[in-house]
Amino acid sequence: MEMKTISRRILTIFLLICLCFVLQTALFSRFELAGVTPNLLLILVASFGFMRGRREGMIVGLFCGLVVDMYMGTYVGLYALFYLYLGFFNGLFRKIFYGDDFKLPLILIGVSDLIYGLMQFCYLFLMNQEADFGFYFWNVMIPEAVYTVLIAIFLYYLILKVNQWLEKTEKRSSGRFVR
Amino acid sequence: MRRKKSFGIPSKYLLVILTIFCVMMLFVSYVTGFSGGPLQAVSNYVFVPMQRGLDYVGSLISVSNEDAKSRKELLDENETLKQQVEDLTVQLNNTRLQQSELDTLRELYQLDQAYSAYETTGARVIAKGTSNWFDTFTINKGTADGITKDMNVIAEGGLVGIVTSASKHYAVVRSIIDDTARVSGMTNTTWDRCIVSGSLASMTQDQTISFSDLEDTSDSVSVGDAIVTSNISDKYQPGILIGYVTTIEMDSNNLTKSGTITPAVDFKHLQDVLVITKVKEISDGNENH
Repeated sequence: MEMKTISRRILTIFLLICLCFVLQTALFSRFELAGVTPNLLLILVASFGFMRGRREGMIVGLFCGLVVDMYMGTYVGLYALFYLYLGFFNGLFRKIFYGDDFKLPLILIGVSDLIYGLMQFCYLFLMNQEADFGFYFWNVMIPEAVYTVLIAIFLYYLILKVNQWLEKTEKRSSGRFVR
Repeated sequence: MRRKKSFGIPSKYLLVILTIFCVMMLFVSYVTGFSGGPLQAVSNYVFVPMQRGLDYVGSLISVSNEDAKSRKELLDENETLKQQVEDLTVQLNNTRLQQSELDTLRELYQLDQAYSAYETTGARVIAKGTSNWFDTFTINKGTADGITKDMNVIAEGGLVGIVTSASKHYAVVRSIIDDTARVSGMTNTTWDRCIVSGSLASMTQDQTISFSDLEDTSDSVSVGDAIVTSNISDKYQPGILIGYVTTIEMDSNNLTKSGTITPAVDFKHLQDVLVITKVKEISDGNENH
């Protein structure tokens, strides 16, 4: 029974990662606003972070990052590291998280996206020393954060519902197990 | 209360362990150039088919610019295009004459044709990179279609970028406007070489990329001159159009010039690209690229 609930959770998260990744790369790239696309994977990682805690946030982050790494084909492990820390960071806020309140999740997702931007800038700066922070801040980081938060309003609701469904089925099966 | 997961490592230690894991992966991939290997099979069989499908749906629902144009705009455009056709026909005739002359002269000198037309294969852009910071995209052909790493990608007669990784059914292309891209270029009139570097900043602000280290000894390069890929580049085939000079100024060292180039390709609306199915082979390891 234990195995079954865990594998159901893993399968669901895997499907969510696929969904976000494919939407982000193939669909939202056609609907750019101010030259940026929203970061759906980040919404997923952050949501699992504050909904389920540090550990699950980290693991979801690690796998999202690995997917990106494999796909981008530069250095494997770079984005895994970025998303890993974002998952951990969001996991710190699980104690003050309540499912029905939308303010905290959206703020956290926005802040996470800015942190993600800072990490990207550090990497870029290592590659190209002339990178101008002001430009990237106003033209990439801020628009990306805003767009991501906008999309998060819908996507977060979906992830929340999926998680609630998972938790309900888990509780039910564990209850049966105890009885 | 939610149950704890079955493994009981405190999250702090897990973070440290996973960080070390990632750093090791980074190190390994940096040293060996490993980029996913067998893991990329996942993207081959899971993501790419879905991206293809979604891209097709997306192309159906997103309203293209052409459909939205009014009749008057179309007429005006038609007028200017007709004018352009006339101009170009005249130019073409001139060029043809010169070409035949050149051919005869070449025959006389027994020279091989310097730039044979490259063999290309068409590919479709199916997805953008996941990051807004780096300008990469994915095309729907991979090693199964003969695409390998370091092949040049062109569109609309201009250079788009280079294949940075090829998997079985897809390949990732880094465009020349990416911040980390450097292309060795030259002017097609004087053959003075320069380095063309992509920049997201200037691309967003005024649709240009920059060039530097141009040794314009005869002082003849001016605004509007074409910059093509140079013959000394170790990854790019020579003679592919990069763009046209928009601004040019002398550097403070009074030896070299730098400025900006408007790329020949419209990077905002890339849909179909051509991949040159020939990799430039250099026997000696050349640092410049």
